[in-house]
Amino acid sequence: MEPMPKWADLVLVPVVGLVLAFIVSGLMIIATGHDPKEAVKLMVEGSVGSTYAWGFTLYYATNFIFTGLAVAVAFHAAMFNIGGEGQAALGGLGVALVCLFIPWPHWTLALLGATAAGAAFGALWATLPAWLQARRGSHIVITTIMFNFIAAALLNYVLVNVLRPAGAMDPATAKFPEATHLPALSDWLNAIGIPFAARTPANVTLFIALIACVLVYLLIWRTRLGFEIRSLGKSEPAAVYGGISPVKIIMISMMLSGGLAGLMAINNVMGEAERLVLNSVEGAGFIGIAVALMGRSHPIGILFAALLFGALYQGGAELGLWTQIPRELVIVIQALVILFTGALDQMIRMFVGKLFAMRRKAEV
Amino acid sequence: MTLMKSFLGAAATLALSAGMALAEPAIIFDLGGKFDKSFNEAAYNGAKKWADETGGSFKEIEMQSEAQREQALRRLAEAGSNPVVMTGFAFGSVLGEVAPDYPETDFVIIDMVVDQPNVTSVVFTEHEGSYLVGYMAAQTSKTNTVGFIGGMDIPLIRRFACGYAQGAKAANPDTTVIANMTGTTPAAWNDPVKGGELTKAQISQGADVVYAAAGGTGVGVLQAAADAGALSIGVDSNQNGMHPGKVLTSMMKRVDVAVYDAFTRGTEQPGGFSVLNLASNGVGYAMDENNADLVSDELQATVDAVADKIIAGEITVHDYMSDESCPALSF
Repeated sequence: MEPMPKWADLVLVPVVGLVLAFIVSGLMIIATGHDPKEAVKLMVEGSVGSTYAWGFTLYYATNFIFTGLAVAVAFHAAMFNIGGEGQAALGGLGVALVCLFIPWPHWTLALLGATAAGAAFGALWATLPAWLQARRGSHIVITTIMFNFIAAALLNYVLVNVLRPAGAMDPATAKFPEATHLPALSDWLNAIGIPFAARTPANVTLFIALIACVLVYLLIWRTRLGFEIRSLGKSEPAAVYGGISPVKIIMISMMLSGGLAGLMAINNVMGEAERLVLNSVEGAGFIGIAVALMGRSHPIGILFAALLFGALYQGGAELGLWTQIPRELVIVIQALVILFTGALDQMIRMFVGKLFAMRRKAEV
Repeated sequence: MTLMKSFLGAAATLALSAGMALAEPAIIFDLGGKFDKSFNEAAYNGAKKWADETGGSFKEIEMQSEAQREQALRRLAEAGSNPVVMTGFAFGSVLGEVAPDYPETDFVIIDMVVDQPNVTSVVFTEHEGSYLVGYMAAQTSKTNTVGFIGGMDIPLIRRFACGYAQGAKAANPDTTVIANMTGTTPAAWNDPVKGGELTKAQISQGADVVYAAAGGTGVGVLQAAADAGALSIGVDSNQNGMHPGKVLTSMMKRVDVAVYDAFTRGTEQPGGFSVLNLASNGVGYAMDENNADLVSDELQATVDAVADKIIAGEITVHDYMSDESCPALSF
């Protein structure tokens, strides 16, 4: 591949991918007989045009930061964890159990407890696939995706038969007690004088997500364990030669990954719904893969990619709400963005690389 | 898609004036989708009838997942839609939280009672309607075996099953009622393949009339019954025309009327809860040219007499949801 300046690799390639995705999306909207300009306007206004819109965009972005970091940590160890969906679902179960059955005196303590429980349940769900990979060589992609289905079935069972309050028809837990309700982002921002729309789901979990970004950065690039994870990811024989145990690193990195995915539950289960419903993850586990790919597995990249996908997700919801554009098309638009920024990333990089090579030759 | 196109003119003008247009009614369809040929579609038909008659427009949302309900509700209320109508019990707990935040908005929920000053709840006496179609099923059955296929296993659907079994037993005490549920999650509202398999299983057990109370899943039930030469009974909407001559009747639950009425009342909802029953034509059975040959005049007269007795209070149909038990059927 042709070498190119770092800024082109980090910024230009994703932007070109995005532009291509939007062009194809626009063509599809025209093909269904709608006006793409109106659609774009609606999506942009609906996702970043007001503090109300930001309240939703930041909420979704918080989800995607956690799942994006989860995928990224595993990536560094050359593990492709596509089980974020199941791990986040299990994290939700952990959070729900802690919130429902422990009488917390204050939300700060409940948040600590829920953080621990969400991470523990998510990590636990990643342990078995990790062990199967490390010890038995069962491919992590296969096992984690299968564990997504097992997690969905398990949550089905638990919500329908165990945690559903007596007499309720909806398979969901009871509402969490008042003391576990997290303050909304608007509460804090309004308190310090910044006007922000109330009744939006963004909550203090956003700050935990930002802290997680910093911690993941420190872990991967500033600790011995992070070095071992990256070594294993770059070359297993070299890592073994250097005295690194692949089994240990695979287990640790996958558990960290599952734990990060599980942390997402404090945002969507504890922060937003305040009870555990079926299907609470809503595909965030899979979007995390795209976020990690686009963010180059770096916390800063993930932060921006998560914001972009949060805006897309919210903008897509607005599109579904206010236009007759069929809901399937909204999913197609989101998929195109994933396709161009994630899957076709290398193709675009090749083209951009060639362009830079041509320019260099012209200069010579 | 063709329908989408036909709305296009209206949609284009509607789409972006959305934020400003005040007091435009809105409807939210629950999982299963707008065109489930049954529950949600009945609601849609009611809304469409209102729009056709008044020339008004309404906003609509189809739920894509369980976790979206609150956002959809809040979004519509924020945008000034009024009244906001939603179909399905699953909105109950969410609405209980959202409604107090928007005291100026009128909410209407179908199939569930939510006790808030600005919420109007509409419930149906499905057991009465089901009793009538159960009666017809048992009178028509040659094998003395009738089937019931429910969607999600919840008390509401057991109410259908229980009324149906009572009707069947009343018509013929020797009737065997086979009852199955499609699943325990909302996915059971939209699983026609499993509905078809359950139907085949019931037919192989001797059932020759199968009643589907399963939303979109019922499409598979009616299809499988028609394929196997058995009769079926549709639900919520009039489904007689889906397989002419193969669908005995449909248990009409006039969700369309409920939605139409709610839209017509606009911002002057009565609050509290209303019960649409046999007496008010909220439930009933469907007769048209598609099933005229299947239901004899004699049978129709008998069923109408039974209906009159229920309305007069001479026959009491046990409501499963009153005590979570059923005298005619064990689950």
